[in-house]
Parts: sequence; structure tokens; C-alpha cells
Amino acid sequence: MTHQSAGWSPVGVAFTLLVASVLGIALGSAVGSTGVESWLNAWQDAVAWQIVWDIRLPRTLGACAAGALLGLAGALAQGLFRNPLADPYLLGSASGASLGGAVALALFGGNPFATEFLVRLGLTGAAFVGAVLAVLLTLVLARGVQHTLRLLLAGVIVGVVLGALASLITLMRPDVLQGMQGFLLGSTSFIGWNACVLMLGVLLVCVVLAFALSHVLDALTLGEATALSLGVPLAPVRVALVCVLALATGTAVAQTGLVAFVGLAAPHLVRSLVKAKHNWVVLLSALMGGVLLLAADLLARMLLSPQEMPVGVLTAVLGGGYLLWLMYRSQTTRAAR
Amino acid sequence: MLKHIIALSALWLITNLAQAVVLRDDRQVEVNIAKPPQRIVSLLPSLTETVCALGQCQKLVGVDRYSNWPDSIDKLPRMGGGIDPNIESVVALKPDLVLMATSARGAERFQALGLNVMALEPRSHADVQRVMRIVALALDVPVQESDRVWHHIDAAVSAAAQSMPPQAKGQRVYFEVSRAPYGASESSFIGETLQRLGARNVLPASLGPFPKINPEFVVRAQPDIIMVGDSNFADMTTRPGWQNMLAMRAQRVCTFKPAESDVLVRAGPRMAEAARLMAKCLTDKAPDNTRKQP
Repeated sequence: MTHQSAGWSPVGVAFTLLVASVLGIALGSAVGSTGVESWLNAWQDAVAWQIVWDIRLPRTLGACAAGALLGLAGALAQGLFRNPLADPYLLGSASGASLGGAVALALFGGNPFATEFLVRLGLTGAAFVGAVLAVLLTLVLARGVQHTLRLLLAGVIVGVVLGALASLITLMRPDVLQGMQGFLLGSTSFIGWNACVLMLGVLLVCVVLAFALSHVLDALTLGEATALSLGVPLAPVRVALVCVLALATGTAVAQTGLVAFVGLAAPHLVRSLVKAKHNWVVLLSALMGGVLLLAADLLARMLLSPQEMPVGVLTAVLGGGYLLWLMYRSQTTRAAR
Repeated sequence: MLKHIIALSALWLITNLAQAVVLRDDRQVEVNIAKPPQRIVSLLPSLTETVCALGQCQKLVGVDRYSNWPDSIDKLPRMGGGIDPNIESVVALKPDLVLMATSARGAERFQALGLNVMALEPRSHADVQRVMRIVALALDVPVQESDRVWHHIDAAVSAAAQSMPPQAKGQRVYFEVSRAPYGASESSFIGETLQRLGARNVLPASLGPFPKINPEFVVRAQPDIIMVGDSNFADMTTRPGWQNMLAMRAQRVCTFKPAESDVLVRAGPRMAEAARLMAKCLTDKAPDNTRKQP
């Protein structure tokens, strides 16, 4: 849908996105509910320093990393399933993470032993385990990754069933409802340095793997039969890519909750800007996702300041609006031709 | 001079050591309170109310956006809500104690940032007393004082029960908490109050404190009185079969304003006020009184 413009060089776009990220992170350290004063006083005042260094920087950098993970996962999903509608949550990881979160929340304050164990694992740990288990379940149901359609269907089914189970838990334990609501809205405000470093580490691993395996996605655009006839080891590489997809999504979802649309919009934006092979698309999608979530996080903090809104709400509205505009524009340009 | 300083600092050390307390909160985490906190942030309305009931309102420096009682906290800065606490604003206030619900998020984050967090979640009458005691210990309020406040509340609940005429007792009540519909059963905080007022609950304790119920269940149970927040009432009349329920036809429905609903659903020091509201409802709608006003 977005092949009409392809003028920009990938290197230029990558550079622009990097500059935007750095600017965004710098701006992110200055924006928040206590305003610019914290930034100006950071050298004299210990609390102001803590606000800038221990709260704003990790959450800004974390938003960037989570967005990059989602953008990367989105590009992988769209390449892997050869479907522009594919998003990172396609293999059930979102519902798995919600179920993990719901179970953790429901057990909090129940059995003291469970509580002690869960406090150590935390909501993020439970969500990550849930996301990874959901993808594994999808793979088992689809009996491997050979059949794209079967994999897609299994992903949708796992998503619906696990989502329903999570809803059931919240119905049985209404005190969980609030916590789940917060998780489903997505938020970057709980990211600390540990989470930030974790996400950046996972991002590095995922980017390297995805970059190395991206030639298979290029071969896949010609169709599965052609790819096989080209001698591409389709099955093992697909498994590897699904694992990268699950790891990236699970990590991001566990730390930030369900942030909508970044994973779907980032690859589309990239493809509307440059026409390149998948190695560039994957890399640029990660950068683009990072910039998108960073921008959304900044807006979420600024719009209602000194209060802030959940970033997931903002990405859904902005991302959805942008995709609609993109669709409308490509339709009208096609009609004009 | 030096002697004085040494003596003073020794005295300071002794008094502070004496005051240091370690308390176990509802997460089963041990909270170490070295000296009585002077700057408190509360992220749960019932905890805000508990702090104020103990006469320590002036030590609050920030509250969550749902805290709205007593009026003296109106001017305090708002720190977001339980699910979306504003980490940055809380840290900027430099609190020496953060009170929050166990179901709220961000406790680990606050602790990582060096704040002292105490998570408490009152869910029953006994919890109100227990939480009040823990908060009193944390704030260096004598336990006798907290027990005195509690006995005062407890006596007021009993007084509300005694003020009711005999015909108001023994009525079967359905209390709707939200329009899903979730009801308050016998084992909930609200159910306990109803029980002390001599009312019977159509939702048994076996369903859990706040069960999600089938509207049909209530029609079948035929409660004598329905209690509901006024924002939920409009929806009630359109439920299939509900218009024909005896309580609806006889208008034995009490609707509570949002401020009253806050009093009713919060497990905190205003439970006596909640008991009075419910007692008034039970008395006004009791069979003898409703016969006079068609």
C-alpha cells in the first residue's frame, strides 16, 4: 500500500531517526510533572538530580528501547507472515502477558507463600513468562512454523482464549480489575535503570539476530515455494525469527504493558519512506518504533502536566490516526493516477 | 561545649533508637521506620482518612486523586491514582513514608528510588482496626489513642444499629457496588456493616466479597430493599424483569449520591457514617413507613 514513494536513502533516514532519538531523550530529561526546574537544579539539589537521573532518564530511554523492540517485532511479523496487518502481538504474546499479570495480581495478598514468591518475580516477570508461554503454546498448536496460515490461526486462537481466561480472573477477583486496567493501558512510568538495561540488552541481541536472518525475509517476499527453491533453510530460520519476535515482544510488554500500534505503524512508516531490503527495514523499524514511543511518552507527560496520561492511550489515538491518513492518502493518489 | 554536643547527640540517638519500629505490612514486607515520619504521601483514600482520623492530617504532603475527605486535604497536591501513581511528583515531595494499597502499582519503583513504602489494604471491619493500629505505630501515635478512635467508631456503628425500629430489622438487602453488576456479599466490608444493622444479605458469603452476579439471581432472590449509587440506578430500571420486582415497584430503593457512595465503599474510619446512611435507608424504607407514602 505504500510503494508510491521511495526516494530517501536508508542511511539518511537512519541518521535522522538517531538524531531524533537523541534529541527526544535530551528533551525527555527536561519534561515532567515537576517541570524544567528539576533539570536546572539537578546539580545543586539531590532530589532534583534523582528526578532527572533516576526517573526521567531511565523512563525516556526505556520508552525508546520498548518502542524499538516493538518496531523490530512488527517488522519481523510483517515480513514473516507477508501480511501488512501483522503486529507483534499476533502470536498471542499480549494475551499471554495479560494472563500472567492477572494471575500474579490475583495471587497477591492471597496465599502468603505465593505472595512472597510473586513479589520477587513481580508483575513484570509474570507478564514476561506469560508472553513466552503463550507463543510456545501457539507453536505447539500450529505444530511448528511450517504453515504460515496455521501459525496465524493458532496465534489468533491462543490470543482469544488466554484473553478470555484473563477476563475471567478479573471477573472473579474484581479487586484485580484496577491493576489490570493499568496494565492494559500501557505505561512507561515504572521503568527504572534495571528494566532499561534489560530492554537495551535484549534489543541488541534481537537486532543482531534479525539483521543476520533478514535475507530470508527478502526471499519470502517472493513466496514460500520460490524461497524454498532458492535453497533458503526456511524452517530453522523461521523458528529462530519467531523466537526473536517472542523475546522482543515479551520483554517490551512485560515492562510497559500493552502499548498499541507502535509495532504496526513503525514498519509501515519505514516502508513509506524508503524502499530497501529487509535488513534495512528491520533496523529502521526498530529506530522508528523507538522514536514513535519516545515522542508519545513526551506528549503523554506534557499534555496534562503536572498530571500524565497512560502512553498506550496516546499511541493508539496517534498511531491509528496516522495509519488512517496513510491509507486515505494512498487511495487518493492511486485514484489520481 | 563538646561534652554538651556529645551528651545531646547521645540523647538524640537514644530517643531515636527507642522510636525505631519495624512493622510488617500487607505484602508481608518488613518496613523499617527509623523515626516518626513527618512527610507522608497517601495513595489510597481509606489510608488518607485513617491518617486524618488519628489526628495526623497535618503530616500529609500529597494524596491520590480519589482522596476527598476530610476537607483539609483539598489543597494538597495530587499524585495520580493507585494504578497510575505519578512517580516523579511523589519523589519531588521528599516524603519519608508512602502509604499505598497492595493492589496499587509502583511500590517496587518507589523502593528502588529510596522511599519508605508501606502497603496496606483494609478489606473488613477487623482490618480497619488492624490497619489503624499499624498506621498509629508507624506515625508514633500511642496505640491507646488508635484503640480509642476505633472504639469510638465501633460504638457509633452499634448506636446506628440500636437507633433502628424493630420493623426495620431483618430485611433482605441487595447492595450493588457497580453496574457490571457486582454486588456486596455477606463477607464484604459493606456486608459486615449490614449484618451489624440486623439486615440480611441476598448474596451469601460463599460467593466471595464482591461477586459478579447474574441479574436474574437478584430477581429470584426478591430483596426487600435495594441499595445502589445513583449513577447506577437509571440502568437498573431497564434490566429485563426488574421493574416487576417487589422492591422496585414499592420504591424500596435507596440511591446514594457519589459522596455517600465513597463513604459506603471505603473500608476506613468513616464506617460509622456508612452505618448511619444504611440504617437511615433501612428505617425509611421499612414496611411500616413505606405504606404511608405510596
